[in-house]
This record gives sequence, structure tokens and C-alpha cells, in this order.
Amino acid sequence: MISMACNIAGVPFKNPIIMASGTFGFGREYAEFYSPELLGGIVGKGLTLHPKAGNTGSRIHETASGMLNSVGLENPGVAAFLKDELDDMTHWNTAVIANVGGSNLEEYVQAVAMITENAQKRRTMNRRGVDMLELNISCPNVKQGGMQFGIQTEVAREVVRQVRNVTALPLVVKLSPNAENITQMAVMCEEEGADGVSLINTFSAMKIDIRRRRSVFANTYAGLSGPAIKPIALRMVHQVAQAVSIPVIGMGGISSVEDIIEFTMAGAAAIQVGTYNFVHLHAGAELVHGLEQWMQREKVQSLDEIRGIL
Amino acid sequence: MANVISNVALVPGIYVMKIEGKFKGNMGQFYMLRSGTGYPLLPRPISIYDIGEESISFLYRVVGEGTNLFSQLQPGQEIQLEGPFGNGFPQVEGSLALIGGGMGTAPLLLAAKYYPHAHVYLGFAQQAFGVEAFEAVAASVQVKVGGSIVEQIDPTLYANMFSCGPTPMLQALAIKTVDTSSRLYISTERHMACGIGACLGCTMRTRGGNRRVCKEGPVFPVEEVEFDDLHGV
Ligand SMILES: Cc1cc2nc3c(=O)[nH]c(=O)nc-3n(C[C@H](O)[C@H](O)[C@H](O)COP(=O)(O)OP(=O)(O)OC[C@H]3O[C@@H](n4cnc5c(N)ncnc54)[C@H](O)[C@@H]3O)c2cc1C
Ligand SMILES: Cc1cc2nc3c(=O)[nH]c(=O)nc-3n(C[C@H](O)[C@H](O)[C@H](O)COP(=O)(O)O)c2cc1C
Ligand code: FES
Repeated sequence: MISMACNIAGVPFKNPIIMASGTFGFGREYAEFYSPELLGGIVGKGLTLHPKAGNTGSRIHETASGMLNSVGLENPGVAAFLKDELDDMTHWNTAVIANVGGSNLEEYVQAVAMITENAQKRRTMNRRGVDMLELNISCPNVKQGGMQFGIQTEVAREVVRQVRNVTALPLVVKLSPNAENITQMAVMCEEEGADGVSLINTFSAMKIDIRRRRSVFANTYAGLSGPAIKPIALRMVHQVAQAVSIPVIGMGGISSVEDIIEFTMAGAAAIQVGTYNFVHLHAGAELVHGLEQWMQREKVQSLDEIRGIL
Repeated sequence: MANVISNVALVPGIYVMKIEGKFKGNMGQFYMLRSGTGYPLLPRPISIYDIGEESISFLYRVVGEGTNLFSQLQPGQEIQLEGPFGNGFPQVEGSLALIGGGMGTAPLLLAAKYYPHAHVYLGFAQQAFGVEAFEAVAASVQVKVGGSIVEQIDPTLYANMFSCGPTPMLQALAIKTVDTSSRLYISTERHMACGIGACLGCTMRTRGGNRRVCKEGPVFPVEEVEFDDLHGV
């Protein structure tokens, strides 16, 4: 019997295919096209303590084999998420991961504390809450904040430590490829008690409108994602997986079953799919079916057989 | 995936592509279309131009690589398309004007079919195209090539107006309509990635806060639109 199931920090996933933050909303929009229950998990849109309107002007631009985005963490805020989105998300039988961002330490801590308290409350009422937290210390698209945490290990350490202090929920830290030293960053997360790391977020990048002689984006820089970043993401996942013993969730340009296998061979415990959701509306369902077929064809009973073989 | 039935240029650079299959959609809604397997990755939003029993058509202008790939499709070849998306034009009562500028004429043909009593105004910068399709279904069609079609319109004659076109045209129309009781709905544009409301890439500022052009739009009552946040067509 083939099993795609995996377990990350005590949270069971029916398969290793998770939809990445910011590319799947809170699941509702895609649920009109296929059941989110097919998926291993869903990471919701990045949340901040207070609602955020996001960036003005152009927010997306396509590049060779990738895309730039400058959404700027538009989101309804933690309270509205818990009130309006969580019931739907936990109704589907798939792991629910809340992605949390912030522009200062207190915001991170308060947002995480609120989600944790809510999860405890729901549990006492026999209701599912958020299964796992993904701490986004790496959003390149928000002025003052987010990014600075993702670059310097010692700055990030304080966030991870304080957040760890206020939550017993499984905690995964999402790392930035813009970090000065991503392996060091991952080791720090492990030291501070994170249950896992996920990588990578988008690369800080740029596009100039030569006709108007200015950047396409109001924030000048934007985040690069998609197939263009996959080889670098794969290398980073490989390096980090060798340096830490906590699970590594890999992402960056994953667009096929072969890509999933590559990340697994590089050591990923699970993977996330972002930009590919936009290329194919049914990307999640397609990859889940494709992975199962691949395992059958290759007579791989469990991905443990190939995980981290490099 | 669906098969292309025909793909012909009306004038240089402007094509009508007909695709085989049973498709749904209302006036002002759009599909996300993608051709090929490489670059561009992202599908492109294109308004529904026409719908038949066994086909759907799109009127598009070649502006970049995505639409260039569309223009190379031959009958029998495949194209990826998903839809219909967006809110489309509303159901209205009473007199109606349909006002299109350039490619902005594309989403109005279905409205002209749905409201045969509507008066149609079509403006073009250099060369008119697709006018016959409107003449075949509409009560009246006025065309202007060069200059502003808006000058020819008296908003007080219409309870409702639907418009799509370049921002300066829409803005001129909005100004002209301000002191009238005519209700103006305009179709807006934004770069899109998901097309279904998930990525927040197409968010537009409106008087009522952020709105997703692909989900709450692309059609908005003009009172809600912040013109300085409207991108040109
Ligand atoms: C709801 C909606 C309906 C549309 N309906 C039609 C239609 O019926 N017929 C038609 O010809 N076009 C339509 N468009 C515009 C069409 O989507 C763009 O022309 C197309 O995406 C360009 O893709 P490309 O790869 O050829 O060009 P690109 O290489 O992507 O871009 C070429 C140029 O066009 C600009 N551009 C690209 N996409 C958009 C956009 N969405 N809005 C404004 N500028 C853009 C780029 O900035 C660049 O300057 C619609 C757009 C929207 C949002
Ligand atoms: C439109 C868009 C919005 C995103 N928003 C978030 C976010 O809110 N929080 C976050 O941690 N990552 C966000 N990301 C990053 C993705 O989750 C992912 O890390 C990145 O896109 C790389 O994966 P991919 O190449 O498969 O897209 C966003 C990416 C895109 C394209
Ligand atoms: S295109 Fe993704 S939200 Fe509109």
C-alpha cells in the first residue's frame, strides 16, 4: 500500500502537498474548483495583528519564468481571520496553517498569542482550531518591517524566542532567501525551539518601466517567485536540511511531480506550492494525483524511501 | 483545454478567436486564457466577446508575449481557459447606452445582445473594428474614429450606461454624468495572476476600500472608482 502521509511536528498530513501562503487565499476561492480536502494542508494568507490594506499601484508583474509581487500583506487582521475564515478552513479535513507576519516584535507576539488562545478555546469546545503556525519573518514587500527580521540571524532570534514563549502550537519559521546566511538562520530556529522551518519566501527583485523611467512597483522592489527561483530554492533546502534535525518544508517554483521529488530527495519533509496555483487553477489536485501515480509507477511505498538521499 | 475553431485578424493586430465547447458566462465577465507550456506562465484575462451553443469567442489585441502566442494559434490547436470570472454588468431597467473605446468594445457585445434596445457608441483611436457585430444586434450604433466619442453622448437620455475603454475616456464620461441621474457602470482593468480572488494581485482602491477587480469587479458603479488608481487600457 502506497502512503503519501507524513507527520510534521506532530501534525498529520495526508500528503506532503501544502498550498503556500498568499497564493491560496484562505482556501474558499479554490474550493469552488476542487476540494481542499485532497490537499495535505493549506497555509492561509499572511496575517498581521491589525488589518492591512497592502500596497498601492501595480502589485504583480510577470518575468521570465516567474513573477514579481508586491501585495504588501493585504489581510483582514488576526481577529477577523479567527471570526470569519477559520470555521470554513477547519471544516475541510486538511491541515490548517496560519501564516503570521508583523512589523515589530510586539505585533508578532500578540498575533501569535491571540491565535494560540483561540486554538485552546476551540479545543475545549471540541472544535478544531489552527493546527500549526508559520512565522513569516521574511516578507520583502512591507516597508519597515518583516524583512529586517528575515535577514539577520540575531534579530530574528528574538522574534522566534518570544513567539515560542507564548505558544505551544507547532511552530514553523518561514525563512527568506535574502537572509545573510540561511543555514545559520535555520540552526538558530532549531536552537530557539521551532518545530520546523519552511523555505523559501520570495527573492527581493525589481522591474523598471523604461518608458515611464520608474520602477513598476510603488515600493521599488518586489518579491520574485515561480520556476525561475527553483534551482536556488532546492539548493537552500538541501543545505538547511543537512544542518538541522527539525523538519524542513521546501518551496520555490514547484510546478510538477518531478519538482516535488527533487525537493524530497534534497531533504524536504513536505513541500508548498505557490505561483503554480496561478498557472493551473487545479494545480493542487493535479499534483496530488500525479504524485500518487508516480509512487505507484516507481514502486515507492513511502516518500521516506527517497527523502534526503542526497 | 479546448480546441480553437478559428482565429482571424479583423484588422492588423486585433483578432477574434473562437473556441469549441459549451461555455457559460454573462456580459462583462472574463476568462483566463493561456497558450503554450512555457513563458508566459500566467494566464491572461480576456473578456467574453460572444457565446454560442457550442463555442465561445474572444476579441483581443496583441500587446505582448501572451496575446502574441494567442494570435499564433491555428484551428484545431489547444488553448487553456478557465472561467467565467468576475461580476459582469448588472441587470438594469430602462434606457441604456453602451459606450466602448478601442478594445473596450469587447465586453459590450453580449450586453448589446442582451439589451436590444440599447444605444451603442463605439470610439476608436485609429481604425474601427468589430462594428458589424454590433450593427447586427443593436437598435443604433454610432462610431467615431479619432477624437472623443464621449462628445456625442447625452447622458440625460439614459437611465443607465455601461462603459469600457481607456481611462481618459471613462473619466470624461464620469465628469459628463456627474450632475445627471444616469447610472454609470465601468469595467476596470488590473494585472491578474489567479483571476479568482485568491492572490490579491488585482486589488484596486475604491471609495468603499480595497476591491479585487477579478472578484468584486471588473464592473463597478462609477461612484466607487478612484480614478487616480485606475490603470490605463
Ligand atoms: C477583466 C479584463 C478583461 C480584459 N479583456 C480584454 C479583451 O477582451 N481583449 C483584450 O485585448 N484585452 C483584454 N484585457 C487586457 C489583457 O488582459 C492584456 O492586454 C493582456 O494581459 C496582455 O498580455 P500580454 O502577455 O500580451 O502582454 P504583456 O507582455 O503582459 O504586457 C504588455 C503590456 O500590457 C500591459 N498589461 C498587461 N496586462 C494588463 C492588464 N490586465 N491591464 C492593463 N495593462 C496590462 C503591460 O503592463 C505591458 O505594458 C482585459 C483585462 C482585464 C483585466
Ligand atoms: C502573490 C503572492 C503573495 C504571497 N504572500 C505571502 C504571504 O502573505 N506570506 C508569506 O509568507 N509568503 C507569501 N508569498 C510567498 C509564497 O508563499 C512562497 O514562499 C513563494 O511564492 C515561493 O514559492 P513559489 O515559487 O511556489 O510561488 C506570496 C507569494 C505570492 C506570489
Ligand atoms: S487576480 Fe488574484 S485576486 Fe484578482
